[in-house]
Order: sequence, then C-alpha cells, then structure tokens
Amino acid sequence: MYELTLARIISGLQAGEFSSEELTGSFLTRIAALDSQLNSFITVDPDAAMAAARVADQRRAAGESGALNGVPIAHKDIFCTQGVRTSCGSRMLDNFVPPYDATLIQRFNAAGAVMLGKTNMDEFAMGSSNETSYYGAARNPWDTTRVPGGSSGGSAAAVAGGLVPAATGTDTGGSIRQPAALCGITGLKPTYGRVSRLGMVAFASSLDQAGPLARSAEDCAILLATMAGVDARDSTSADVPVPDYAATLGDSLQGLRIGLPREYFGEGLDAATGARIRDALSQLEKLGATLVDISLTSTELAIPTYYIVAPAEASTNLSRFDGVRYGHRCEDPTDLLDLYTRTRKEGFGDEVKRRILVGTYALSAGYYDAYYKKAQQVRRVIRDDFLARFEDVDVIAGPTTPGPAFPIGAKSDDPVAMYLEDVYTLAVNLAGLPGMSVPAGFVDGCPVGLQLIGRHFDEARLLNVAHQLQQVTDWHLQRPANPAEAA
Amino acid sequence: MAWETVIGLEVHLQLATSSKIFSGSATTFGAEPNTQASAVDLAMPGMLPVLNEEAVRFAVMFGLGVGADIGRRSVFDRKNYFYPDLPKGYQISQFHAPIVGEGNFDIPMPDGSTHRIGITRAHLEEDAGKSLHEDFHGLTGIDLNRAGTPLLEIVTEPDFRTAEQAVAYLKALHSLVTYLGISDGNMAEGSMRCDINISLRPSGTETLGTRTEIKNVNSFRFVERAIRHEVERQMDILEDGGSIVQETRLYDADRDETRSMRSKEVANDYRYFPEPDLLPVDIDDAYIQSVRDTLPELPAEKRSRFAQQYGLGTYDAAVLSDSPALADYFETVANDSGDPKIAANWVQGELLGQLNRSDMSLQESQVSAPALAGLIKRILDDTISGKIAKQVFEAMWNGEGDADAVIEARGLKQVSDSGELEAMVDRVIADSPDQVAQYQAADEGKQKKLVGYFVGQIMKLSRGQANPQMVNKLLASKLGKG
Repeated sequence: MYELTLARIISGLQAGEFSSEELTGSFLTRIAALDSQLNSFITVDPDAAMAAARVADQRRAAGESGALNGVPIAHKDIFCTQGVRTSCGSRMLDNFVPPYDATLIQRFNAAGAVMLGKTNMDEFAMGSSNETSYYGAARNPWDTTRVPGGSSGGSAAAVAGGLVPAATGTDTGGSIRQPAALCGITGLKPTYGRVSRLGMVAFASSLDQAGPLARSAEDCAILLATMAGVDARDSTSADVPVPDYAATLGDSLQGLRIGLPREYFGEGLDAATGARIRDALSQLEKLGATLVDISLTSTELAIPTYYIVAPAEASTNLSRFDGVRYGHRCEDPTDLLDLYTRTRKEGFGDEVKRRILVGTYALSAGYYDAYYKKAQQVRRVIRDDFLARFEDVDVIAGPTTPGPAFPIGAKSDDPVAMYLEDVYTLAVNLAGLPGMSVPAGFVDGCPVGLQLIGRHFDEARLLNVAHQLQQVTDWHLQRPANPAEAA
Repeated sequence: MAWETVIGLEVHLQLATSSKIFSGSATTFGAEPNTQASAVDLAMPGMLPVLNEEAVRFAVMFGLGVGADIGRRSVFDRKNYFYPDLPKGYQISQFHAPIVGEGNFDIPMPDGSTHRIGITRAHLEEDAGKSLHEDFHGLTGIDLNRAGTPLLEIVTEPDFRTAEQAVAYLKALHSLVTYLGISDGNMAEGSMRCDINISLRPSGTETLGTRTEIKNVNSFRFVERAIRHEVERQMDILEDGGSIVQETRLYDADRDETRSMRSKEVANDYRYFPEPDLLPVDIDDAYIQSVRDTLPELPAEKRSRFAQQYGLGTYDAAVLSDSPALADYFETVANDSGDPKIAANWVQGELLGQLNRSDMSLQESQVSAPALAGLIKRILDDTISGKIAKQVFEAMWNGEGDADAVIEARGLKQVSDSGELEAMVDRVIADSPDQVAQYQAADEGKQKKLVGYFVGQIMKLSRGQANPQMVNKLLASKLGKG
C-alpha cells in the first residue's frame, strides 16, 4: 500500500478499495517500524491521525469529501499546526504548541487530508543536509549513512522511504528541490507568492515559499492545487488565478524550447551526475522538445547575493525568539540582557547563530549600502537575466545539485562547501521563479535530480514537462530497499 | 550673550482607526491587559502584517491638511531593536520613503498673528506595548494591547523660537487632527505624545547648536514647562562656558525638571531595511483626489471664513474654530440669534467659562446652541438686559428650562413700561437731593460719572429689571431739567 502514488490513493479511496483508516494505519505502522532509522519525523501522533482518518471515512460515507479526503500526508515542522508542537527543528521552539493553523494547513484540512505528523528539518530551515536539526539528522533512505538533503530533508526522506505518500516542504534557496533530488522524488518550489506564507515560520521572508514533495509530477499537481491561491492575510501572496494543473499534464512537448545554461554544466558539477542529467534531457528531446544552449551570466552572483539577503532577513525574523512570550526561556534570568543572551544562546544552534551574525552585520549602519542594498540590486540583475532568457525559451533545465547525496558529517564543518550544494537552486528563489526537481537516475545507487525552472506562475508548464518525462522514464518509480532490509 | 532658542517637534499621533495598523485587533483605550492582542500583535511564529487601509487614508488626509507632498510610493521598513514590549524585535515604521513629505502649517498665535512652520515629514508606524513595573514583585509585566496601534509620526523643521510657539503648534495640530477626525488627540491617554528637540545658538548666528531631545511629554502645559526648564538649563551651561551633551532627557512633571534618560548616548543602530512582509504602498492621483473630496472645512479655512462672514477678530475666529464641535455650536448660535458678535461673546465668555468651571466638554454642555440663541434673542428684543441674561444662563445650565421659561418663572422680564420707570426715576431723584445738587453743579464730564449712582439706585429698586437705555434717557431728561 505504501508504494501507491497519491493519484492512485485518491482513486482507491473513491472506489472504496480501502478506507482512510486502513491506509493511515498501514503508514503509521511503517513509520513505527522504520523511522528510527530515517529520523524523518519530529512529531507523530498516531491516535490523532487515526481519529482524523475515521472522520474522513465518515465524511466520505456521508458524501462530503474534499479533494484529498482521507489522504495521509506529512507536514514540514515549519508549518504551525493548532494544538500540535511546531518546533521548526529548533530547541527554541521545542515546547511551542501553536494556537492556530498555517493557511497551508487549513487548506489541507479543508480538503480532508489526514496529517500523520511533522517532519524533520534543518533548524529554522537553515541548512542543506538536515544536520542542523535539534532533533538530529534525518537520513537518506537510499543510503542511511548519507544526508537526505535539506532543509526539507525529513519530508523528502519520509516520502522516499514510503512512510507517507506526500509531504509539504519549504524552499528558501533549494530546500524542497535539493532534498527531492537527493532522495529521488519529485519536488516543486512554486513562484514566490503562489502559496501563502501565513503560519509558516519565517526564515527569509522575500525568498520563502512552500511547495509539495511527492512521488510524481502528477502528485505534485494534485497537492499544489490544494496549496495555491491568494491569502488576504499574507500581503505578499499573489492574486493570480490558479490554473487546473492536472488538465495540462498530458500536453505534448512538441515545440517546447528548453534552455540549458552553460554555467549549470561547468566546473563543480560531478561528471556522472552531469551525464544523468543529459540522459534525462535527451528523453525530453525525444518527446519533441528543442534543447537550446543559453548562458545565465548572473549565475556566479547567486551565492554571494543569497548569503546577504537571506541571513539579513533571517537575523530580524528570528528576533522575536526572545524568551518573553513563548518558546525556550533560560532558567532564572538575572536581568533582561541575561534573559535575551542566554535564551538565544541555548535556544539556537550554530548555523542559525552564524546566519544571525552575518545578517546583522550586513544590515549594520555603514555596511547596509555595501551589502544589503547592493545585494538587492544584484538580485534585480539575476531576475532580469532569467526574464531575458525566457524570451527565447519556455523552460530552463539543468542539474538540481552538483552531485548525489553526501555522507552525513562530510560537509558539516565547512559552511562554504555546504552552501555550494545550492549553487543551482538559489538563483531561482532570488528571482522568485518556480523551480522543480525531477528524478533523473542514479549515481552509485543514489538518486540525482533534473531541475526545471519556469516563468513566473508557469508551474503548469513545469508539471507538464515533468509528467511527460515520467511517462517515458521510471526513475521516479524506483524505490530504495527498506532500510530495515538493507541493514 | 544673547541666545536664540531653536525648537523642533516630533509628535506621535495615535490614529483613530477601528483596528490596529497590521492586525484586526481593536484599539480601545484602557482594556484589560492583553485582551486586545492577537497572534499577529504577539508576534507568534509565522504571523504576518497586513496593512490597514484606514491608516493610510488617515495619513493622506493629514498630508493634504498641511498641504504636503503625498509619497506616491511609500515603503515600510523594519527598525530593529530588542525590548520586551516590542514583540517582533523590530518596529514596522517608514524610514526612507514616508507617506507624507514636506508641507507647511500656519499656526494662529494668541496675539492674532500667524506663525508658519515647516513639516519635514510624517510617517506611519506601529506603537509598542507597555512594560508594567509595579505589582510584579521585581518582575516586569507586559501589556501588548497598545502594540500595533497605528501612529503617525509628524516631524517639524526647527522652526520654533519660543515655548509659546511650540504650544500654539500643538494646539493647532490638535485642532487639525480632530477636524480631520483622524485622532482623538487626547494627550492624557497618550494619543498625542511629543518629543521636543531643543538647542541654543548665539543670536544672529546660523549654525545649530547641540540639541537635546525631551521624550514623551504628554500635556500642553508640560511642553511649555519642559521647554522653559531645558532652555534655562542649557543657557546656564553655555554661559558658564560648558557644552551641551547630545542626549535624550525626560521631563519629570512632579519635580518640574528635565533629567538625562540614558547615561551614555549610544548611537543605536536600528538596522533599517525594507519590510519584506509588506508591499510598497502605491498611491495615485485618483486616490488622493478621492481622499481630498472627503476633507471637511479645515481650521484655517474656517478661521478666515468666520472672520469674514461674522466680522470676528482673528483671535475670536481662532478660538471659536478650535474644534469642529465648538465651531458648529457657535455657528448655530450666531445664525439662530442673528447677532454673530453677541453670539461670539457669549460662547467664549459664559459657555466656555461654565464648561471650564464644571470641567466638562462641549458635548456635555447643559445649554444647547439653539437654547443659547434663544437667550440672546431675549437680550436683543429687550426682554432682559445682558446682566439678567447671565442669571438666566445660570438657571438654564441648572436645568430650569429654556430662556423664556426661566424669565417667566423668575419674573425677570425687563421693565420697559415708561410710566413705571418714570415713577421709579422720580422716587430716586426725590430721595437723593444731595446727589442731585452735586450733579447739577458738575460739568458735563463729571455728570456722566455721577449719573451712575442714579442708575444703580433704580436697578436696585427694579431688582435689575429696569431697561437701562430707557432709564438713562429718563434720567438725562429729568436731571437735565433740574
């Protein structure tokens, strides 16, 4: 049952082949059996999940089902869930139980989805390996000595390991696409503003975007339909009509122009990974697409720009964690300064502290113009570079990551090496574009992903291309051996 | 050495929106702590601000009221600092691109002249909460009801030279914002809080001296006193050859002094940057016009209209147009009674005096405008004298009914019957032979003074109800005849 895609689960529930209770029970059993090895969940509440499943079955019996009625799903632990601890992977929020649901959670609840639990993540979504989580690193189901990627590593590992059919994630610089690539699943970061950020713990407000991680492009289309849409309570959410993503999945790729930036295939890209990406691209060519060599000269600007903008915004977004109203508070503070410093010293991990320091520095008087303001100007250059290329091509494609999953611990002492993991994904967030990672084969038994980048609000096109690729390839259908069996 | 005082003011004006600037919470004053604080106000994780359109409209109204440039694209910024009553660890404000740019403001001065000052800018921001240090046994309580209340921070050029000008500005500002209906302007409840920047320079020089800032002064009287004290303090230091330390000071109303608030003036680095959770506010001509169309007649316009239409002096016109309610009251009295000048005197004299004595607002007045007009009509038609009218007003204030009812009930109708009056005049003349002789011996100038004695006696006899004009006429003819 755990091998079913979301689309298949929905039709099975509709046809009465199985109930949500049975389905939910089988996934909970798998979580109980396997998650000790994957560490993909921070919180699982089996009783609440089973109760929700029974309610969903009753709704179905009463003929009142939503689009995802009874479908088990997991949410990244960055989305606030009413009455369920939302830790954001941090000791700071280890005791935080929100009195409200994020808009995204409300939408899934309204659609009838059954939440199995909250998935592991890098602390405050800062990381590319899941190793910065206060709850320990999640592990890659393809090789549990390797990282699942991050920051949505728990979601990716849980989906790839068959612990849940689909999960939500967030992507500030690659945090959906990179773990999707490293875990061999399909993940979509929508256009900035496509999905409401309300109730999603903020990392970098102008870059954060929620999206789905699932087994196939079709599953991502189903999930995005539930997630997308304007939210009056998020001023940066876009009032742009949400198309019927499923309706265009079957469109032909004949005549589609795919741009391949030479900067994405140069130095730094693992040779075997590059070969897998080219194989996937040739499949798209066979489907009628035209591959066009292009240049994105702004590519080298992405990492330095991102590592000004994101930490700057994070440094102030995280100021609210002060021990005054909720979350971690140090024992017996002697005065206000002691309360602040000890609470934050104890509550935040090293990577979070590093980014707060960098961001505070970048915004400081005398440095603002040289760093933050300049970074915002460069950001415009990067966006314009993409928009100019999109005058010639419909989609831009390349590798999602420079290589397959790396061993746990391999890069954790070298922030710059870690930051290079996101060299192909960061620019997409800076430009506010939609990006997707689609399974593209394996290197030494570990998956790699093809990244597809689209025009603003052109998610339908990305899903269409990915779906067509998945009609002629089976990389997305390959499953890791059960960790328990492999061990 | 002669010194010139240079003062600039920053006023934090609480806007009277029905909800907070970035959340739907209510903004009622005095509610139980933390009962008007939503998840947004508490800065719970993942919460986002949504701009209140009413706050934008109020800011634009103010901008139009002082003839200022309206920022076509204003941007909210984060002002970062840690404080327990600042839940997000930053205040959302406008730093680089405020919603209101430069403008001018004409302030009516008590001597009837006008003083023009420059408005530098006005920007929207959110208020912080309150830290409560009492009742918590060495701990601090936090009340976030006020957190997120919309403020318009109005900054002036250093265009004031005296405390009187500063106070006149605040009064005029109070008048303007109550006309616009964008704030209740209640200083006691903190709806209008004033920061005062003061420096001294040798008279005749241009360069500004080092300034101090006095924070959060919350009454007109305290503003005046704080300025006087600070000017004296600075002058003493400068006269002694010392120099002023740039610092923030606090006015202590109990001790009537200013004192340093922060021992060392650390240059706070607020790390301003554009608030990424909010879009820039774009304002076009059509929007500005739509706001302009809703503006009421403003104090300056009303002042000049009152002066022209009712023939009032500039000072009277300014007093009577101080608030929309008072202006409406006056206009009703003036139009109903048909005599604007007497109406102006009565409103400024008896009415405001009585309100002041009873510590009441105009809304609580016991005498309505039509009722006061009714009283004035009885003066104009000689039913009662102006002096008796004051008695009638008192009675009306005390709930004895309208002017006619009081006059009737108390039998205050003026005696204008010439026969009755003549009898009284004859009696007084007959009873006062010495005074008559004195009168008749006096020259014309002295006679005018001496006649007062006879008038007084007749008024006594008539219990004040004799028609004074007729009495004068009768006396003139009788005494003149001899």
